[in-house]
This record gives sequence, structure tokens and C-alpha cells, in this order.
Amino acid sequence: MAAGFGGFVAATAAAGDLVVQPRMGFGDVAAMRSGLLATKRARAATAGTITVDSYTRVGDLESAAAALAAGAALNGYPLVSHGAETNRRMLRGVRDATFPVQVRHGSADPGKIFEALLDAGLDATEGGPVSYCLPYSRMPLSQAVEHWARGCELLAARGREAGREPHLETFGGCVLGQLCPPSQLVALSVLEAVFFRARGLRDISLSYAQQTDPGQDAEAVLALRALAGEFLGGVRWHVVVYAYMGVYPETPRGAASLLTAAAELAVRTGAERLIVKTEAESRRIPTISENVAALELAGTAARAARPVPPPPGGADSQVYAEARRLIEATLELHRDVGRALLRAFKLGYLDIPYCVHPDNRGAARSYIDGDGTLRWADVGALPLDGLVPRRRSRPVGSAELLDALHYVRRRHDGEG
Amino acid sequence: MIPIYPDPKARPRTRRPRAMVSGVASDSHTWNLVFLQLVCEEAGLDVVNLGPCVPDDLLVGECVDQRPDLLVISSVNGHGYRDGLRVVPRLRARPELAGTRIVIGGRLGVTGRREDGPAARLVAAGCDRVFDGGPGDLEEFRALAAEVASRTADGAASRAPVRLR
Repeated sequence: MAAGFGGFVAATAAAGDLVVQPRMGFGDVAAMRSGLLATKRARAATAGTITVDSYTRVGDLESAAAALAAGAALNGYPLVSHGAETNRRMLRGVRDATFPVQVRHGSADPGKIFEALLDAGLDATEGGPVSYCLPYSRMPLSQAVEHWARGCELLAARGREAGREPHLETFGGCVLGQLCPPSQLVALSVLEAVFFRARGLRDISLSYAQQTDPGQDAEAVLALRALAGEFLGGVRWHVVVYAYMGVYPETPRGAASLLTAAAELAVRTGAERLIVKTEAESRRIPTISENVAALELAGTAARAARPVPPPPGGADSQVYAEARRLIEATLELHRDVGRALLRAFKLGYLDIPYCVHPDNRGAARSYIDGDGTLRWADVGALPLDGLVPRRRSRPVGSAELLDALHYVRRRHDGEG
Repeated sequence: MIPIYPDPKARPRTRRPRAMVSGVASDSHTWNLVFLQLVCEEAGLDVVNLGPCVPDDLLVGECVDQRPDLLVISSVNGHGYRDGLRVVPRLRARPELAGTRIVIGGRLGVTGRREDGPAARLVAAGCDRVFDGGPGDLEEFRALAAEVASRTADGAASRAPVRLR
């Protein structure tokens, strides 16, 4: 069986390099091909990305087709609307054993996107029943779990028919982009990976998005690795770190500083892959050359950060203890992990702060502590008794919310 | 004491909502909506926050049902001009919403620049204001929200403030 996406990442990691990857997607076929080729040629160990446009993401193929027909700019590549033949032609001479390509999409109902990527000869993608439903969709969580179960089965079966080991990445470690405490990000990432495995996937990556504090982030990635080792027997897995997904620095220096910190986080914790962000991120969808610059900066920062001592075990931190409790409390609810996830959200055992989806309880709250770490302001019904102290709290207004949302930007733009 | 940011799911039920905050169908971003909810509340408006990924039918239906004085559409995924140009004419086609101020704002195109053509078409389609990237946008929006609040202040003084938690 061909090595596939996971095999490429494992081989690159074994050679001591970090795989870096953009979040690139263009509506136009030629631009998408140019972007992938530029990614391939960048001076770093790169993997390619096709990010699907958001009409396709929500299943509004009519609007995607209308935008294409009108020649209007889309915020990503309409993989389904372009069709298999165009997609294959776009990828010819681009994707090969040295350059795997992953499709990124954000869909709570990924069936058509999975079919389109398999038809295009691809076999690597990402998402999850929780992470692409609760913050990303109005669909009931129970439907998303059903859609994702079918999607995983389709990807596993058809991917292997073609003689490859298909790859699926959890988006659970990135939910809501910012202000979700790391322990719940880790727990969701592991739980979605367990869900993928139950639905037939054997090659999985687990995501974690950089948050507010480098020390706490390192704890989180090490906890994620430890828990993946414990809960994902029989699976080849790796960890992918996302450069900060919240309000991004505005200055080139601030953006570079934050991306460098993300690359160092990945290297120091033994993560194998990094999704980069560009200096244009705070304003608009980045160009190809801005993406290449970010990839090369991240690759250089990763190499400069080596050699590092082997990371510690990761099973003795606050993040690990909280994440393990959330995972175990969820898995105990039902032997089918999909049903377990549904019950966990219903009971508030999992609860994403500030997420307005009706199936999210919305009782848990987070805040940025004085030392820069992300903590629980209110655990709601999360089963964290004995791990998180109950605190007195006060409501705040728009200025303080904006302040918290801009914390990372401010720090890296040098405004304190 | 630690800060608690408010519950975006809180929905005033006692009186007619004065402002409705909504994302558009293709946009999953949430933080912008939570922030705008707070700004509107601080200006003295009761707010219903419809959240992200709101299909056109739902947005039109909720507006017709609840008749907000101010509808705030926010989008940051780059499809805002297109999505706005699709839904605003549908909103303006409803006579029930003749008195509703409709504004749209955020990062509305994929280029990061204000696009005069689509912005002008949004105004022609019935948007009262398009906040698409001027540095003074937020202050202007605050002023507009305050004006709507005072204009519709019939009985507002006797209204209980919205409890956020």
C-alpha cells in the first residue's frame, strides 16, 4: 500500500524535519494549481492544501456554481463544482510521493466533498463530527455525527480500494479558534480521533491550535501525545499544530513572531506538522507569495529550534489531568463513541465556551488569567470537580471582550 | 474576581427585540457576532443574536417575526458582499421591515480592500450603512446603535436592563 499522507509526514519527521502546510484555497483552477506548485517548490518540507470555499462547505452548490459562472472571487476552491476531470487535471504533476495534498473544508455534512476528493485521486482531509458542527453549522449535532460516520466509512473504504491508506485529521483541537481552554481542545481532538478509528480510519492526525501562553501550549501538545498513545492503539497517528487562529497580529514583525513561536512549539513538543498563517491574515485572504513566505519562515524557525531534548512524558500536567477526565467521562457514557459524544454535550460534560449552537449547553466560560494562561472562569457541568477551583466572577462588556480577543495580537505586535 | 464574558445565547423574551445580530449563510465566525451583541446592548438595545451560518430564509423569517429596529449583518469570510447582495433585497421586499434599519459590515470581500462597486450596490439594495473597513467604523456603528436606541426609546426608561447571566 502506498505511503499516503501519514506516511509522508512520518518519513519527514524521521528525517528530523517539520512538515509545514498552508491553508490555501482559490476559486480559480489555474490559481489553485499555481498555489500548490509554489507550495511544493517552497524551501521547506511542505504538504499542499486545497481549502474549499464556504459555499461548498455549507452545501450551497448553487451559490458556488453561480459565483464561478459570474467569474466572482471565491474564498476557496469549489472542489465539487469543478468536477473530477478538472480536479485531476489541476493536480496532474502537482501531487506525488514527495508532495501530498490535503483537502480542508469545514463541513458538517462532508459526504459530497469526500466523494469529490476521492474522485480527484486524493485521500487526505480533516474535520470532525463535533468540530465542524458546533461552531460551524446550524445542523443538529446528532445529524453531523451521522454524516461524519458515513463520511469516515466512505473515506476508509474507497481510499483503500485505490491502494492507499486514507488520512483524516481532527479539527477538535481548534474549536472556536480562541478562548477555549487547552484541556478541552485536547479532549475533543482525542475523542474525534477515537470516533474516526471506530469508523474505520487507521491513519489519523490530531490537531491543536496555539493559544495564549507558550508554556501551557507545550503542556497541551505533550498531553495530546500522551493521550493519543493511550487511546489510539492500532492507529498510525501524528500531531499537527496550528499557528494561532484568533485575531492575528497586524504588523509583519508581530505576525512573524507569532508564527515562529508556533514552529518552536511544534518542534519542542515533537509535533510532526504545522499549519501556518501569513502576515496578511489579519486583513484578508493571503496571496500565494505570502503563503510561501510564511512556509519558509516556519521551516527556518523549525530548523533553528533543533536539536531539542526528547520531550517529557506529558502525563503529569493540569492540562493532561483535565483532558483525561473529559475523555473518560465522555467515553463512559456509551460504547458507541458517536452516541457518547451526543450525551456528553447534552449533559454538559463537554461544553464549548461562547459557542451559540443549540446543542452546546453554553454554561462553561473561559478567561485569560493575569499570567497569560487560558483558564476556566466557570466549568458549568464539566466533570472537573477537584481539578478546577470554583471562583467568584463578574460580567464584563464589549471593551473587555475585545481586549481578551486581541491579547495575542497585542503581545506580538509589541503593544504590551 | 475573574471576568465572565456574557452569554451570547441570552435572548430577551419580555419585549420586542430592538436589534438583531446575524451572520450570513456561508460564514461560521462567531466572535464578531458576540462582540456586536455587546456593543448594541451597551448602546441600550435589546438584542437577539441569531449566531453564524444563518440561511437567508431563516434571517428573513426571524426579522419578519420579531421586527427589529436595527438588523446588524456581520461577515468576515470574504463572501459578505455577495451574500449581502443576495439577502438584503429579500429583506427589503418585505413591507413589515420598512422601518428596520439594515446595516452590514466586516471583511466583506476577499481582497481586504473596500470595494466601492459592491458597497454601492448594497446601499442601492437597501442597506442603510455598509461598514467595510474604514478605521472609524466601530465608533460610527456605536453612534448609530445609540441613535436607534434613543429613537425607539418609547418606554425604554421603564424597561428592565437585560440580565446577561
